[in-house]
Amino acid sequence: MRKLYTKKLSKKDQLKDLEPGKETVQFLLNYSKALRVVDCHGIKFATILN
Amino acid sequence: MNNVEITDAVLVREYMQGNEAALSKLINRHQHRIYSFIFSKVYDRDVSEDIFQDTFIKVINTLKRGKYNEEGKFLPWVMRIAHNLVIDHFRRNKRMPKFDNSGDFNIFSVLSDSDLNIETQIIKDQIENDVKELIKELPEDQLEVLTMRIYKDMSFKEISERTGVSINTALGRMRYALINLRKIIEKHNLVLTN
Repeated sequence: MRKLYTKKLSKKDQLKDLEPGKETVQFLLNYSKALRVVDCHGIKFATILN
Repeated sequence: MNNVEITDAVLVREYMQGNEAALSKLINRHQHRIYSFIFSKVYDRDVSEDIFQDTFIKVINTLKRGKYNEEGKFLPWVMRIAHNLVIDHFRRNKRMPKFDNSGDFNIFSVLSDSDLNIETQIIKDQIENDVKELIKELPEDQLEVLTMRIYKDMSFKEISERTGVSINTALGRMRYALINLRKIIEKHNLVLTN
């Protein structure tokens, strides 16, 4: 039976194409849009708008 | 055409003034660097996603609260947040180790639930009832000591005081109670194990 040779990725190669998921980035952008910080008499209140 | 790249400082300022598109540019610009840093520590994509998300949630919260002082160090600041969250992750895992059962080794092959199931509980109750009947065949003095020791959890000192005999006598009666109990069990051909 022929041996199968697979190239083991070096750690550097493993780190090459790393990006967070699109959903994660979209979530962060939506979170930012929904977050409102209101300053009331020196106290900051954070709310998430629906 | 404007070829000059907008600096992080400008994007941060714009974002803090309400320009949400500036955040998108910041994330796009630095996501690879930050995500790969996290992944290089945890080597788990799902965990990396979580930590990446938590990192930017902290960034967003701080910027929206106006608590950030832009000194041209946006990326080092974000990397420091990510770094601290990675440490928190390892600390949590140290306290609560996770077992991955998806490979060849299943942790439940060495760990077991020590609670009795209904079948073993019924068997245990039956054995205890059998023993309560068997000990009635013991001589009175041995039955007394055994009952005090096993069922009332008394020390031999307390038993000797209550029965008016020496501790050595109480110990001797307990020893003979157990020897005789074994003989009784053999006589009745019983198996009293679960």
